[in-house]
Amino acid sequence: MTRSLFRPLLPALIALALATAPALAAGTWNRGNSADPESLDPHKTSTVYEAHILRDLFEGLVMQDGISDLVPGAAESWTVSDDGTVYTFKIRDDAVWSNGDPVTAGDFVYSLRRLQDPTTGAEYASMLYVVKGAEEVNTGKGKPEDLAVRAIDDKTLEITLKAPTPYFLEMLTHQAAYPVHKPSIDTLGAEWIKPGNLVSNGAFTLTEFVPNDHIKLTKNPKFHAADTVALDVVNYVPTEDRSTAIKRFEAGELDSNDDLPTEQLADLRAKFGDQIKIGPYLGTYYYAVKLDKQPWENAKLRRAISMAIDRDFLAEKVWGNSMIPAYSMVPPGIEGYTPATADYADMTQLDREDAAQAILTELGYGPDKPLKLEIRYNTSENHKNTAVAIQEQLKPLGIDVTMVNTDTKTHYGLLEQKGDFDYARAAWIADYKDPESFLGISRKASGNNYSNYDSPAFEAAMDTAAAAGGDPAKRFEELAKAEKILVDDLANTPLLFYSFHNIVSPKLSGWQENVMDVHPSRYVSKN
Amino acid sequence: MISYALRRLVTAVPTLFVIITISFFLMRLAPGGPFSQERGLNPTVKENLDRLYRLDEPLWRQYLDYLGNLARGDFGPSYNLPDFTVADLFRVGLPVSVELGAAALTLALLLGTLLGVVAALRQNRPTDYAVTALATAGSTIPTFVVAPLYQLVFALTLAWVPVAGWGGGALVNKIGPVVVLALPQIAIVARLMRASMIEALTSHHVRTARALGLSDLTVIVRHALRGAVLPVVSYAGPAAAALLTGSVVVESVFAIPGVGRYFVDAALNRDYTLVMGTVVVIAVFVIVFNLVVDLLYAVIDPRVRHD
Repeated sequence: MTRSLFRPLLPALIALALATAPALAAGTWNRGNSADPESLDPHKTSTVYEAHILRDLFEGLVMQDGISDLVPGAAESWTVSDDGTVYTFKIRDDAVWSNGDPVTAGDFVYSLRRLQDPTTGAEYASMLYVVKGAEEVNTGKGKPEDLAVRAIDDKTLEITLKAPTPYFLEMLTHQAAYPVHKPSIDTLGAEWIKPGNLVSNGAFTLTEFVPNDHIKLTKNPKFHAADTVALDVVNYVPTEDRSTAIKRFEAGELDSNDDLPTEQLADLRAKFGDQIKIGPYLGTYYYAVKLDKQPWENAKLRRAISMAIDRDFLAEKVWGNSMIPAYSMVPPGIEGYTPATADYADMTQLDREDAAQAILTELGYGPDKPLKLEIRYNTSENHKNTAVAIQEQLKPLGIDVTMVNTDTKTHYGLLEQKGDFDYARAAWIADYKDPESFLGISRKASGNNYSNYDSPAFEAAMDTAAAAGGDPAKRFEELAKAEKILVDDLANTPLLFYSFHNIVSPKLSGWQENVMDVHPSRYVSKN
Repeated sequence: MISYALRRLVTAVPTLFVIITISFFLMRLAPGGPFSQERGLNPTVKENLDRLYRLDEPLWRQYLDYLGNLARGDFGPSYNLPDFTVADLFRVGLPVSVELGAAALTLALLLGTLLGVVAALRQNRPTDYAVTALATAGSTIPTFVVAPLYQLVFALTLAWVPVAGWGGGALVNKIGPVVVLALPQIAIVARLMRASMIEALTSHHVRTARALGLSDLTVIVRHALRGAVLPVVSYAGPAAAALLTGSVVVESVFAIPGVGRYFVDAALNRDYTLVMGTVVVIAVFVIVFNLVVDLLYAVIDPRVRHD
């Protein structure tokens, strides 16, 4: 009897429990995000999962829409001088902070100075070194007032660049260029970023932040386009454990997640059908090569190794088709740009292997003189499987591959300090939709030039492209020429292009696939 | 006994000091740093960050600064979570971990003791075999298997509980983590209890008690159990320190905002201050619980006296 009494009670108990959870309200997007942000201060962040949240909280001069196209943000319009170096932005009249203060040109002056101020410790300060005076301020050689960003009046902002930079507007969509509220920082100090204190100018405001639990954003009624924002609440839920995230999605606790356990991709596709969203993403998975070390100085040898790697196998078997074979540094998907692929991209894998063998024989490698190669990667099941597959693929050519894996910090610590290695795993995800983002990392002075690539021809080609700033078509042509030099030199060995992998409930509308994998919550609604 | 406890607490200070010193320098031996990452930083930016967090100063200086701050109760900022200080992170996370750990510990001690005693009294009979089998299973099946199984059965199939999440501390959200945390502990306590109870039941003083004609219950509870519980008490000290400071597996699988994850995350992220904070917290827990165990010994076992 007691048992039969308890049974009907159970659903009621569960309903009660669920009703008390904030999860099920309509107009609430429970949004799985692969990790908690390191910070909500736009000037102190760098990662993709932080960008999702900051894009909802703040509004830069220009923003990305639901398909990652550039749209006006706090600036309603702008003009560019004929030489491409002076940008003049007109700030919207109805742009206000969440406390009602108007958003002014002065806010952007303050924010861009703060970004470059060495005491801010902004990781992305260097991205905006294209602004005149920025590098001097950041290195401590110049005063913040020297930064060539000035407010002509309350609603007119002028930014002067060192040189024409056609992707400058794309850069401004990055969170590093978002404005912050000076009065809050002046009065509250480090506490300005806390829920209840944070004054922001985006479509949502910060309501709660419990580390490792959730970040609750609430619709900002003062946002200039508030009438077009459908969601009342966005709960960002950190989903470090991807398997748990899928189960939470299945149970309805999450409406979406921005990552999938790729090793289960086939099963997930079968189970969730078109709720699984996979598509090309602007990211390249590559191996850096220690170019200043014997025998890797030899471009022919690097070419042989690259040719012998079966990228189709890697993409299909190792990554379950969640990656795309890569023969260029720049992934496809940037409108107007055709990546310069390696000349062996069109050959069959068998032909490539024959050609690779011929090169190795020519260079004198063989059973008597085996080639030894060490692959370093940061510890991860997928990186390991990739390296193991490459080890197997190179073995028939008499190349003896060994592997060393270290944790992420050790791995990048070594690359950063130009330590000793042969081949090392690295990756680049675009900060802004422009080929320069992928090619710039191989410039001599870049902190990401792990291969230590130093090619006058490449540098000159990049400079030529920059000089062609005013003419986008010409510039892309020049960039492709630069990429061709990079690819022919095998300054690094691109292996795969990333794809985004999301799981999205049909309850969400307005969620659109795009190569930057950006999904501003203001364009999404929930039924 | 109070003076003994005080003396122990005073000697804990040098112990803590040694632990902090060793950890501080060991951690700095690890290659890479808090700002090494997939997207390499511009050298200027890295210099700025190092200066901001005073990582550009000589190591001995940083060590002395850290000790000085710690003495004032300042654990420093987290390098990788700059919106929070290490103290903030513990203030939010530690109560969650302690609550789950305490519940799991209580469950484990009660259920484990009970199962162990029952098994010992029914030695080599089906009940005993069942308890032993359960205990073996409980201590050998890892939590990273049990936790997803629990989610699959109770959350997805039966839909009785949520899959994961803290839910603001709702009871239904705590069941899974507590049970999964408790299971291996129940198994260990049951096995310890069974073994020591079997031994106690055959001891001279228990036989004497029986010979005196005392009731079964009195013999078991007052005479056998009292001595037999000592191994469990010794085990419970370190176990409590481990349980109350959170479990990285349980907290990540159940998405619990505790401090267990910091042990691993902080070390992997080279978040030096957070690593040190974690070390200090664990060390204090271990020291305190070992002291509690020693004091309990004196209470339970009349042969032990702390003067």
